[in-house]
Amino acid sequence: MLFGLPITGETIAFFVLALIIIISAVFMITMTNVMHMAVSLVGVFLGVAGIFILLGADFVGFVQIMVYAGAITILMVFALMLTHRGLSAEMQHEVGALRSTVTFVVIAVLVGTILYAIRRTPWTSNNINALQPFHQSTVTLLANAIFQQYTVPFELVSAVLTVALVGSAVIARKEE
Amino acid sequence: MALQPFLALAAILFGIGLFGALTKRNLIIVLISIEMMLNAANINLVAFSHFLSKPNIDGQVYALFTIAIAAAEVAVGLAILLSFFRHRETSDVRDMNSMKW
Repeated sequence: MLFGLPITGETIAFFVLALIIIISAVFMITMTNVMHMAVSLVGVFLGVAGIFILLGADFVGFVQIMVYAGAITILMVFALMLTHRGLSAEMQHEVGALRSTVTFVVIAVLVGTILYAIRRTPWTSNNINALQPFHQSTVTLLANAIFQQYTVPFELVSAVLTVALVGSAVIARKEE
Repeated sequence: MALQPFLALAAILFGIGLFGALTKRNLIIVLISIEMMLNAANINLVAFSHFLSKPNIDGQVYALFTIAIAAAEVAVGLAILLSFFRHRETSDVRDMNSMKW
C-alpha cells in the first residue's frame, strides 16, 4: 500500500508523473536563469500530458503535447530571447523576503485547506480500483460531442482564436 | 486509482503557479505561472470526466476549449509584452503602471 492506494502499474505511473510535475514546477519557480525556467516548463507540460493519457484522455494528452509543450513553450522562449536585455540582475529577484514569505504561508494554508476538503469529501466513483478506458475511442466521442452538442461554443472558440491572433499581430507590429 | 490523488496533484500545482504569479517580477514568468494554473484546472476537468459515476466526455471537451483559449491568451499577452518592451525597454511588471503611453 502506498498512501492508502494499492500498488499497481497505474499507481506507480501516477506517482512518477506527479513527481516529475511537482519537481519541474518547483525548479521553474526557483531557477534564476530564465532559459532554465523555460526548459523546466516543458517537464510540467509533458507530465500533465502523461496524466491526461493515464486518465484515458489520449486525444487531450496529445493536444497538450502539441499546443503546450510545442507551441506555447516556443513562444515563451522566443519572447524571452527578444526581451533579454531588460532582464537586469536586480529584476531577477523576487519581491522582498517578507512579502515572499507571507505569500508562501497564505498559499500553503489555502492548498492545505483544499487538500483537507478533498480528503474529507465522500466522492462516489464507479471505478475505484482500476482506470477503465471509455467504451469507445475518445476521438469518436469527442467528435460527436463537439460537432453535435458543443457546435456553437466550438465556432465561438475558433472566432476568438482568429481575433486574438490578428489582434496580437497588430499590437506587436512596429509603428512607424 | 481513485479521484483524490489527481485532485491533490492539481491543488499542489495550482498553489505553485499561484506563488509564481504573485512573487515574480518578469511578466513572461508571470504568464508561465498562469499557464501552470490553467493546467491544474485541466487536470481537474479530465479527472472528473473520467471518475464520474457515469463516465462522460464533457470534461475533456472543456479541457480542449481551455487549451485553445489559453493559447490565444499567451499570444495576446506576449504581443502586449513586445510592444511594451519596445517603448520602455523593460519587462518588469512594476513598470506597467499606466494605461496610456
